Amino acid sequence: MEGLLLIGGIIVKIIVIILVLLLSVAYITFIERKVIGYMQSRIGPNRIGLFGLLQPIADVIKLLNKEIIFPQASNRYLFVIAPIISLGTSLAAWAVIPFDKTAVLANINAGVLFILALSSLGVYGILIAGWASNSKYAMFGALRAAAQSISYEIAMGFALIGVMMAAGSLNFQTIVKAQAGGVWHWYWLPLLPLFIVYWIAGIAETNRAPFDVAEGESELVAGFHVEYSGMTFALFFLAEYANMVLISALLAVMFLGGWLSPFQGIPYLESVFAFVPGFVWLLVKLSFFLFCYLWFRATFPRYRYDQIMRLGWKVLLPVTIVWIGVIALAVQYHLAPWFT
Amino acid sequence: MTAVQVIFYLFSLVAILSSVFVVASPNPVRGALSLVLTFFAMSGIWLLLQAEFLALILVLVYVGAVMTLFLFVVMMLRVNVMSLRAGLVRYLPFAILLSLLIIGMMVIVVGPKQFGLTHLPLPPALAKDYNNLADLGNMLYTNYAYPFEIAAVLLLTAIIAAISLTHRKPHKRKIQNITKQIAVKRADRVKLVCMPSAKKINLVNKPSGAEQ
Repeated sequence: MEGLLLIGGIIVKIIVIILVLLLSVAYITFIERKVIGYMQSRIGPNRIGLFGLLQPIADVIKLLNKEIIFPQASNRYLFVIAPIISLGTSLAAWAVIPFDKTAVLANINAGVLFILALSSLGVYGILIAGWASNSKYAMFGALRAAAQSISYEIAMGFALIGVMMAAGSLNFQTIVKAQAGGVWHWYWLPLLPLFIVYWIAGIAETNRAPFDVAEGESELVAGFHVEYSGMTFALFFLAEYANMVLISALLAVMFLGGWLSPFQGIPYLESVFAFVPGFVWLLVKLSFFLFCYLWFRATFPRYRYDQIMRLGWKVLLPVTIVWIGVIALAVQYHLAPWFT
Repeated sequence: MTAVQVIFYLFSLVAILSSVFVVASPNPVRGALSLVLTFFAMSGIWLLLQAEFLALILVLVYVGAVMTLFLFVVMMLRVNVMSLRAGLVRYLPFAILLSLLIIGMMVIVVGPKQFGLTHLPLPPALAKDYNNLADLGNMLYTNYAYPFEIAAVLLLTAIIAAISLTHRKPHKRKIQNITKQIAVKRADRVKLVCMPSAKKINLVNKPSGAEQ
């Protein structure tokens, strides 16, 4: 009985997380169109509902009603499995993200490793989609995505090693708590190069502009999901945006103190803002990174493929290796005020 | 059966079936994908043993990196399946003999005679807050520090060897010199040609004057 209750509670938590996530994904697509619209001196969608607020709902209904086309030469099972893998891995990673002091689905010791393992699984969705479609463009997109994700995963993992060393733990809750003490104690400052490397690698991992060569609509039509339509396409779309939110959440948790209040340690403001629950701070920090995703897309031109590889291997990787050495020394000699 | 046993049998069933499919699959890409599934199921079994570090590293290294590279190569090859199957009947007796030998060895070594609760007592149940990661780290950096370091140096040597093998002279490839590209000034590439814009034709006074 007790076991059933426990499992029931976990399932309810999972459903809440997924519902909130899917809803936010739907509205990120709307905000993206609005933000990029204003950045390009347009208005963006404003026809359906007040200020176009019902646009994402209309899009979902449209996608659900569309026919799913299976190319004759495709590999049917793998063709269907690919979008499921993409979405599944990006949703499963949310299990270890701490939303508040106690609000985390699975407070496991190897949280950082779990995230790394799942983000490395995500590329299979793209690879399988590209191969199963049996189409040139999809294949090219898949190969590019695979090469890119392998290259940037290494820089990403090295940046995470710096965080692990600084916090002395692989548990996200411990990592957040180790950053307690106000804005200047958060890891963005002592780990600044790693923060930036992780940010860039995160954008590359989610295949977003300026690293979106896997889709590259001007050269590959739509890249790996060129043969997908209707709901199967929508799953890829969902997975991409869920991954964006995930990377933003990880950046907030590991470098901007997660659910910690930014006013910690400031005499007056700390007590004024004490009533704000932790997940609101996490949401604010996360939204900043999400906005930057849209900003980058509107600002930067796409990287050339060889430039992407050069940036990953010859710039980001050496930077992380050097800074891991610096962090090792700082932790060893208890550099104040971060590593005392 | 307890819940843990159900999960164990589920994962082992997936592992066995997918590993059979790795060998039996006619298509190399599907074979590689089944191997991914095998690794995944095995990491599930390792998680049941509370070896979460090994399980996650298996997914991270083998599934995430090694198999992605494998697939990357296999997808680009056009493997002729018929030519691969040509020698099947000819080599079948040797294959059966070899597999029987290996199965026999396995039965002798890991058969019921060596294992079971009578030979090995049940390992003590691990505490609820048992941290596999911290334990493994302590072991590696104290008792096994030298083997660990030597393995790391060996891997480093392998990396350097691989790089120096691919970068042998003569260089017959085209490389872009990035520093040169970045250092380019506007004057090196853009030449502003001064061209007078077309003059206004004054049609009222002298129709032919503007042309000259």
